[in-house]
Amino acid sequence: MSDAKIKIRQVSKVFKTRDRDVQALQDINLDIQRNEFITFVGASGCGKSTLLRSIGGLEQHSRGEILLDGRAVNGPGIDRAMVFQHYSLYPWLNVMQNIKFCRQLKVVADTVKSDGDIECASGRADALLNLMGLSAFHQAYPNQLSGGMQQRVAIARALMPKPEILLMDEPFGALDAQTREVMHDLIRHVHRLEKSTILFVTHDVEEAIYLGGRVVLMAPRPGRIDTIYDVPLPAERNQDMKLSAEFLKLKREILARIRETSGMSTDLELLEQLTRTQPLAL
Amino acid sequence: MSAHQPLPEVQAPTRPARQRWWVIRGELPRAAIWGLATAGLLLPLLIWWAYTAAGLANPMFMPGPDAVLARVGRWWSDESLLADIGISVYRVMTGFLASALFALPLGLYIGTYRPVQAFLEPLTDFIRYMPAVAFIPLVMLWVGIDESSKVLIIFIGTFFQMVLMVAEDVRRVPMAQIEAAQTMGASRSEIVKLVVLPSARPALLDTLRITCGWAWTYLVVAELVAANSGLGYAILKAQRYMQTDKIFAGIILIGVIGLLTDQAFRWLGRAAFPWLKR
Repeated sequence: MSDAKIKIRQVSKVFKTRDRDVQALQDINLDIQRNEFITFVGASGCGKSTLLRSIGGLEQHSRGEILLDGRAVNGPGIDRAMVFQHYSLYPWLNVMQNIKFCRQLKVVADTVKSDGDIECASGRADALLNLMGLSAFHQAYPNQLSGGMQQRVAIARALMPKPEILLMDEPFGALDAQTREVMHDLIRHVHRLEKSTILFVTHDVEEAIYLGGRVVLMAPRPGRIDTIYDVPLPAERNQDMKLSAEFLKLKREILARIRETSGMSTDLELLEQLTRTQPLAL
Repeated sequence: MSAHQPLPEVQAPTRPARQRWWVIRGELPRAAIWGLATAGLLLPLLIWWAYTAAGLANPMFMPGPDAVLARVGRWWSDESLLADIGISVYRVMTGFLASALFALPLGLYIGTYRPVQAFLEPLTDFIRYMPAVAFIPLVMLWVGIDESSKVLIIFIGTFFQMVLMVAEDVRRVPMAQIEAAQTMGASRSEIVKLVVLPSARPALLDTLRITCGWAWTYLVVAELVAANSGLGYAILKAQRYMQTDKIFAGIILIGVIGLLTDQAFRWLGRAAFPWLKR
């Protein structure tokens, strides 16, 4: 396991608030292999987003280290693109300009040596536009697009600088169920095509299983890794597999574990209590 | 096996739904908006005219619209109204532009960097509450009584509010837009130039539109300072000679200029930011 793409060692993070310290992450240890598609689920407050943002360099962890190819993470970088849940597109730029945004940045511009490189980059932008099914909308502004199309632009923009790692923080959380299914197959296709390592945070267990090769279940208070599941599905997936016995078994198992670790059991007790009591006489 | 249920049969053609006006944050046809806006502007004028024409008011205290209009005519032909408007517009715009010139970069820094905010915001808040009028004696002592003193009063009245509003506009840029640029390898200066500024532009233009209106409200105050021309000065002089019609004329003219400037800003916003349209 020494050649792991990402190594997370004893990572802890404490959020200091006025009246108490919150242990957002406690002693996280995880190896993520090159070209892996790994998903993170867990009840809210389990630190899954914090962990992702720490790997992205957007959040500073309090203890431990995160190594990328053996080098410690120190702030965000072009090798780790991030796709957010929403509001990350630039509304004053059209679709094509959004996708090509990184080309104005010095780190990217410096890699351009010849006209051939520029042509190559334009070709990539066009290819991403096609891949995301946005060719007809290259001049549209984000405001004019549906939520699903906006997220496809965000993914294309993140892929533009050929990042080795793609960090996705509940990217489909705001989309409707049908659009989400389309996006699932699209992002799996992207993973096969781009050979990037994808870390995907979600609160949707079905999404986590369908997309991931491994599912990391995290638990709150303190934020920690509870269980890591191998997904018993072939690399080539289709929507029908969501109804297969293995899929449903794993889904049931993970859901039960989330319920156990989340402290939601008290909520369930409350619910039971409610159903037993008489209707309120108002 | 599937069990489809038949859809209910349509009995009669349905009528189109009526346009509803009293919907919370509802839409309204364009014609209705223009009609209401015109009515809102004309109704007070009509009441004013009816009230004075019926002889209910002493013309010494409240002249009718006709008298005010006649006064505007005489002001134009005999007393260089155009020059008064010109000098007042010049003072307001110079004070306003000078204020914007300093407030935009300063607000940008306050809204972007916490240390700058912590250092400058309390001071700005403190000065903001000081009445601009009270600075007149100091301004006269320090910069004299020429044009720059009038411009400076307008500057003092506008600048400190403008800085805080600009800072707030900049702070409203969604964090996700900034973080997306960070994960694409953008440097700090690139983020400010390529994300924060362009993202805040519509809000900044709106701040300029609002503060420009405030700059006009300081005009009369500014022209208290040894002026001998300008709309504000004309109003003050008319007070001395009890020319109520001229006071009315001056106030209404400032209102009209303000309304036109405001519309110009709105038009500019629509023209410059077509991407705001859905």
